[in-house]
Amino acid sequence: MNPPDDSPPLIELVNLTKTYGHGDAAFQALRGINLTIRDGEFVAIMGPSGSGKSTLMNLLGCLDTPTTGSYRYQGIPVENLDNDRRSLLRRHALGFIFQGFNLLARTSAIENVELPLLYRGLTRSERHEKAAAALASVGLADKHRNTPAEMSGGQQQRVAIARAIVTEPDTLFADEPTGNLDTATTREVMELLTRLNLDHGITVILVTHEDEVAAYAKRVIHVRDGLIASDKINHRNLILSS
Amino acid sequence: MIWNAFLIALREIRRNLTRAFLTVLGVIIGVSAVITMVTLGEGATEAVKQQISNLGSNLIMVRPGAGFGPRSSSAGVPNFTEKDVNAIRDQVAGIAAAAPVRNASLSTIYRQDARTTTTVGSTPAYFQINRWTIASGRAFTEAEYKSGAAVAVIGNTVKKELFGDEDPVGQKIRLGRASVEVIGLLATKGQAGMGDQDDTIIVPLTSLQRRMIGKTSSHDIGMINLSAEDGTDSNALIADINSLLRQRRNLQPNQDNNFSVMDTRQIADTLSSSTKVMTMLLGAVAGVSLVVGGIGIMNIMLVSVTERTREIGIRLAIGATAREVLLQFLVEAVTLSCIGGLVGVAIALLLCAGISPLIGVPFAFNSQINLVAFLFSAAVGVAFGFAPARRAARLDPIEALRHE
Repeated sequence: MNPPDDSPPLIELVNLTKTYGHGDAAFQALRGINLTIRDGEFVAIMGPSGSGKSTLMNLLGCLDTPTTGSYRYQGIPVENLDNDRRSLLRRHALGFIFQGFNLLARTSAIENVELPLLYRGLTRSERHEKAAAALASVGLADKHRNTPAEMSGGQQQRVAIARAIVTEPDTLFADEPTGNLDTATTREVMELLTRLNLDHGITVILVTHEDEVAAYAKRVIHVRDGLIASDKINHRNLILSS
Repeated sequence: MIWNAFLIALREIRRNLTRAFLTVLGVIIGVSAVITMVTLGEGATEAVKQQISNLGSNLIMVRPGAGFGPRSSSAGVPNFTEKDVNAIRDQVAGIAAAAPVRNASLSTIYRQDARTTTTVGSTPAYFQINRWTIASGRAFTEAEYKSGAAVAVIGNTVKKELFGDEDPVGQKIRLGRASVEVIGLLATKGQAGMGDQDDTIIVPLTSLQRRMIGKTSSHDIGMINLSAEDGTDSNALIADINSLLRQRRNLQPNQDNNFSVMDTRQIADTLSSSTKVMTMLLGAVAGVSLVVGGIGIMNIMLVSVTERTREIGIRLAIGATAREVLLQFLVEAVTLSCIGGLVGVAIALLLCAGISPLIGVPFAFNSQINLVAFLFSAAVGVAFGFAPARRAARLDPIEALRHE
């Protein structure tokens, strides 16, 4: 389908393991993951609880470091980066959305969206402009002043998505983004993620345990007992997007 | 980056104003207490000094006994004689005038009104040395001093108590055992560190000795007031007086002075030293409350780190570095304590301006103590904000995000 690409893949995991605890209490959450994700993919990671999918997500999102194995992000080895370097990588290349939305309470939507820009040191007007644009792109142009308590779950998650994309990341990590949402808003959010993937070329990596949600992805990876159990192309979506 | 942290911290403070207010309350109280105490204390010291300097900058006082003020001890020490006074005036270079002073508490009667007044017996030079001016009438003359005339010059308090609105000049009052004519009224001087200066009657020393109490001994001069010529080195003058009096009082080289010579500056220093000690004590007590205020900041900041663990997780996840989180919490603590410091300074100014007229003390604005108290509050913010900030910065983003 795609012509062969010489540039390094976006994400390349080789023999990645993660062990929590020491000695008898040690628990191996990931037992050797090999995975390659290319630019522009929409990947769903599925698996029962305890399968290691959240651990994998944290490692992919550079929130944690692997015990052994290598992780290259755009060709850069990141497995041994220190806390601050990983923070900077997250700041400049990665976006996150979470099941619990994780917006700052008592803070207006626009201020929540401006938050990552604040750490980038943008000026007040630049921040405001970009945040307003991001809010508009998730369909919340009229909700700048609303605080999370004044918005529905779907709206809050859209604010969270705006916050994640306002920095124009390469990759968007979504950790059970629809876990707290009803069917209608789930569809809204997933369509928004699909559009970001198709229109803006943002790579989306999604963790979920719902088949209906995973159905939006182009590629579905099942994780079980710390290993990749299956890695399939979602043909229905490939046809849809081509 | 600091500016950024400052912006984030300001947003954080604005997000929860009640918490911010409660946090800084301790610092506000501490700073305003320190400044108010010290300012009022210094005002009191200043008041004492001002009133002493009303006595005249060239004034030198010689008293029997060692020391002056609170620590003086004059028991069993001989007083001076009029010859001592004359010797100082004639033999010490740089003395403009010398006046013997004998104090006596005398009953003072005018018609049916009676009171007890500290009466000063001296020479006409006394008025000039102690900077008394005559409001009406006149002072007594050299001739009246020599003859021991039955005349008196009264202070304003005595006039008010005995005469009310009546003009006292020319009236006869009974002073001790004698009837004297009031020939003058002193211009008012007001309160001094040692009490109401206007509650006084000045008579010729000779009249006091002969008419009012009777001469008891030749050593009846309780104090000598001197005025130095302008531009005289008062230390040299005091040394000269010391050596002259040691000789006249037959002191051996191994004996300490049984008298003391002080100029107004020393008198002021002695009297104000006690108010200074008081000021320092009050300031220290208030300083403790400032430290307690700092502990309040630490307490709230620690609670707030726990309460905001999830928020810290969010910040770390979207790319804040540990340093930025540390800086944010530190700047937040410092900003809070600085705001507290500024509010404290403002409240202290209001308090001082309100209280000082009530207690009759000048409002001596001291920029130094304001600055010190403010800087101390900022330092409190750094010192007590650091531990919570470090705790926040060390959080693991994954753990923090899971925190409920």
